[in-house]
Amino acid sequence: MGTMLSVRDLHVSYGAIKAIKGISFDVNEGEIVTLIGANGAGKTTTLHAISRLLHAESGEIEFCGHSLTHMEAYKIIKLGLTQVPEGRRVFANLTVQQNLEMGAYTRTDGPDAIAADYEMVFERLPRLKERRRQTAGTLSGGEQQMLAIGRALMCRPKMLLLDEPSMGLSPLLVQEIFHIIQDINKDGVTVLLVEQNAKKALEIANRAYVLETGTIAMSGNAQELANDPKVRAAYLGG
Amino acid sequence: MEFLSNLVNGISLGSVYAVIALGYTMVYGIARMLNFAHGDIIMVGGYICFIVMTSLGLPSIVGILAAVVVCTILGITIERVAYKPLRSAPSLAVLITAIGVSYLLQNLALLIWGSDPKSFTSVVSMEPLRLFDGSLVITGETIVTIVVSAIIMAALTLFVNRTKVGHAMLAVSEDKGAAQLMGINVNATISLTFAIGSALAAVAGVLLCSAQPSLLPTTGAMPGIKAFVAAVFGGIGSIPGAMIGGVLLGIIEILSKYYISSQISDAIVFAVLIVVLLVRPAGILGKQIREKV
Repeated sequence: MGTMLSVRDLHVSYGAIKAIKGISFDVNEGEIVTLIGANGAGKTTTLHAISRLLHAESGEIEFCGHSLTHMEAYKIIKLGLTQVPEGRRVFANLTVQQNLEMGAYTRTDGPDAIAADYEMVFERLPRLKERRRQTAGTLSGGEQQMLAIGRALMCRPKMLLLDEPSMGLSPLLVQEIFHIIQDINKDGVTVLLVEQNAKKALEIANRAYVLETGTIAMSGNAQELANDPKVRAAYLGG
Repeated sequence: MEFLSNLVNGISLGSVYAVIALGYTMVYGIARMLNFAHGDIIMVGGYICFIVMTSLGLPSIVGILAAVVVCTILGITIERVAYKPLRSAPSLAVLITAIGVSYLLQNLALLIWGSDPKSFTSVVSMEPLRLFDGSLVITGETIVTIVVSAIIMAALTLFVNRTKVGHAMLAVSEDKGAAQLMGINVNATISLTFAIGSALAAVAGVLLCSAQPSLLPTTGAMPGIKAFVAAVFGGIGSIPGAMIGGVLLGIIEILSKYYISSQISDAIVFAVLIVVLLVRPAGILGKQIREKV
């Protein structure tokens, strides 16, 4: 179990506002690691800095031995790292199938291998199969979240960055999405999960980091953190 | 019969507007900017074709290809040099830059080719088509313009809707960040869009100059503005919208020229735009976007 992703002393600012003030953390191969924290703590900013949608002010980000610090955003997926962004961000005017095609955009292993992976995604997320010719904008929130996950799986990732996959979904759907995340992880995909729903996130994660206003306030085994009085009071409703 | 003849001429002019409007609308859809220099690419295409055919004496097909190649390179270069550094600048800065590029191209053309009109030799050598015992005459230019424009529009529609690269363009126009997460190179996609738009403008320039053979440094300005109106009319950002808008605009222009007044036909075209925008602010096929409060 080597380190897959390592973030060292990351600083990110929006103009004069310092959003991330020197955080460091690791994700090891095969783990589910969660980054929890309140609204505005810097969770999404951290993921955007890893995916290079935002420029880090300073610090080092390394994935599988490659430095991401100065890499262009569109090259990162080829290393096997992709993000399921906050708010799904599926391509609303493209069909479900075309969205999945975009997930496989950088693959060069031929149409047969890609077609096999469409089936893999449809098997894992059967609801998408019925809607494969529908435009993504017509899907429900839960279906769009599944499509966003399916789209990310189409690149055969080593690691997924998931940003608030439970946002705006009913408890039943949240349950379903978290099961899907666990299944994907069991099949060998490492997961970095950002969540406001700390209770659910801590249930499925191996380890967790607690972000507070741009710094890591606590970290450790997810179960232990779930039982920590401070975490319980601040994030799990006492 | 007069009406039919005017209608055919309107469709012909309109299909050139449509081809130009495609460049406007695709660039707007992908780069979120109005490239007001687009019309002047038409003029450059006309001059390049003119030089190759008249000064060098080469066949028209070489002239057309040269115009397409030069305009494609010019379009990509303009984007790299003038627009790319402004990717995160306010849209007003980009708009003013585009107007600046437009004047730059017109004045460069004035410097290189002078201010007297060049008489463009038509690239079409087809005999006019006589229908109904010669009471309806359609020129070869009109027919070729309609056929070429229809082929271009069909090919572009297939490219955008049926190919992976076309889908990637749609993805970039919808969400650049998400497209990058999928591994789509946004800068390359923007360059490709400018390349396609400029190549289409070159073809439009050759067709336009074949129908109206006087070539000046300002030749591209009015068709450019009309095509922009067509793109807005159809719903800017929408490819089928640009096609419909272009053809409708051409028909309205020719019919109003003939039946109302040739002096105010341009005013009528712009008045129609104003009415359409009052009734449907996003254009005929544009997405009605609700402002989020």
